[in-house]
Amino acid sequence: MNSGDSPARESASRASSWAPSDREVQRAAARKQQGRRRATVAAVSSIIVLGALVAVVVTSPGWKVVKETFFDVEYGREVLPLVARGLITNIKLTLIASACISVIAMALALARTSRSAAMTPFRILATIYVDVFRGIPLLLVIFLVGFGVPALRLAGVTSNVMVLGTAAVVLTYSAYVAEVLRSGILSVHPSQRAAARSLGLTHSQAMRFVVLPQAIKRVIPPLLNDLVALIKDTGLVSILGVTDAVRAAQIEASRTFNYTPYVVAAILFLMITVPLTRYTDRVLQRSIGKQNAQGVA
Amino acid sequence: MNVLEIRNVRKSFADELVLQDFSIEVPEHTATVLIGASGSGKSTLLRCVNLLDSIDDGSIFLDGMEITDPAVNPDAIRNKIGLVFQAFNLFPHMSVIENIMLAPTRVHNVSKEQARVEALQLLERFGLADKADQYPDRLSGGQQQRVAIIRSIAVRPRVLLLDEVTSALDPVLVNEVLSIVRDLKGDGMTMVLATHEMGFATQVADEVCFLESGRIVERGPAQQVISDPQLSETKEFLKRVHQAGRL
Repeated sequence: MNSGDSPARESASRASSWAPSDREVQRAAARKQQGRRRATVAAVSSIIVLGALVAVVVTSPGWKVVKETFFDVEYGREVLPLVARGLITNIKLTLIASACISVIAMALALARTSRSAAMTPFRILATIYVDVFRGIPLLLVIFLVGFGVPALRLAGVTSNVMVLGTAAVVLTYSAYVAEVLRSGILSVHPSQRAAARSLGLTHSQAMRFVVLPQAIKRVIPPLLNDLVALIKDTGLVSILGVTDAVRAAQIEASRTFNYTPYVVAAILFLMITVPLTRYTDRVLQRSIGKQNAQGVA
Repeated sequence: MNVLEIRNVRKSFADELVLQDFSIEVPEHTATVLIGASGSGKSTLLRCVNLLDSIDDGSIFLDGMEITDPAVNPDAIRNKIGLVFQAFNLFPHMSVIENIMLAPTRVHNVSKEQARVEALQLLERFGLADKADQYPDRLSGGQQQRVAIIRSIAVRPRVLLLDEVTSALDPVLVNEVLSIVRDLKGDGMTMVLATHEMGFATQVADEVCFLESGRIVERGPAQQVISDPQLSETKEFLKRVHQAGRL
């Protein structure tokens, strides 16, 4: 970064009739030269490293075959609608699941951080729940719910694989997200709660108006992390027979023995997750910037 | 009539005795100032009065009602007692005016419009009207503490507890905070203050209590305790304060 053109410096020079001293002119020139040197070094090293990587891949003995079976542009274009339709299933599952997860995880986190005597059984149950579902691989939960629940033949309980698969994802992710929320709640300094209580707010009012708003803001990055993971993990319900993007790509690939559909699916996933990450980062930065005089640390 | 009455209070943390046989009476419209070295129990006493900490023995009365009775709902008591902290403890995610409006609207069921009008009046009075929509982190320490004081008095408490409210501030900012407290005293607010500002204590205190190791060693009118202490402990403490340049 070129420290020479910081906005503060610019606005300062515009605001007054200040003319830089000779020393400052010298320094600016030196900084400019340093900046040019840094840019050159960055460009040269990037070209060398990236060029070497491309060279290794392209000159490898199997490249021709890999290019045909993974990067067939024509074929990729052909399967795109199929995979994209599958991706819509992933998105739908993610939206429904994240709504359920938010509610359940918040309830779990509040139960675990509560201190009232009446909440004791809920505190214990929530702790057991988190321990169990955080400890079992998601794939296993999907199998157990997806195949186990229909086998019970309970009246009125669905055997729709899409519903059961989503339920399994919700069960596991609620445990993860509950722990993220709980860590956020615990990270708010006790003096904030003391200040709220000293004003006469009840425990739940202090939680709702003072602790949670600060806690949630702090855990947005890890929550986003979980959301991105969730989008990808909804693909796991394909093992129950749901046709999502991964499954659609698999069907195509096994038909033609060309793996381009997988690459197409991967690119589609990235097209959702990367902008989502950037967007959330921006939102977070803005809210931090508004609150802190020091700006974003 | 005594707004606050503390009788024979005892409080310990683990095996450390913080308050012992502690008794004071605070009549309406008076200010009681607690002085003493750090760790002498001033802050603990204020936290106990606000029921943020529980006492081991003794009783505390607010307007003649025992608030240390187990049947008493602490929330109902706390909203009659204001507490201002050394470290301000403003809510960083709320603007200045939201900080002030929180308790009136949520605890005392004042309408949003009215709470806003009252909050603005207070901000106006104490020269902070232009900061109403700022976030606390954008304010100087002195401004933050003044907002914190306004936040506590916005609910019209029966008694205001001030816990070393200037200890985190530089000497220039100390004055703007103390002048608010002086104004409140002029309004007739009943107060208990813990402070290291002896000059200020002399100005506002109706009674000064010198604490050492959790008990009152010497008490009396400010002029007497601060200007003409009788006991060697008090003299020694005031001498050290004087050497530190705070008298």
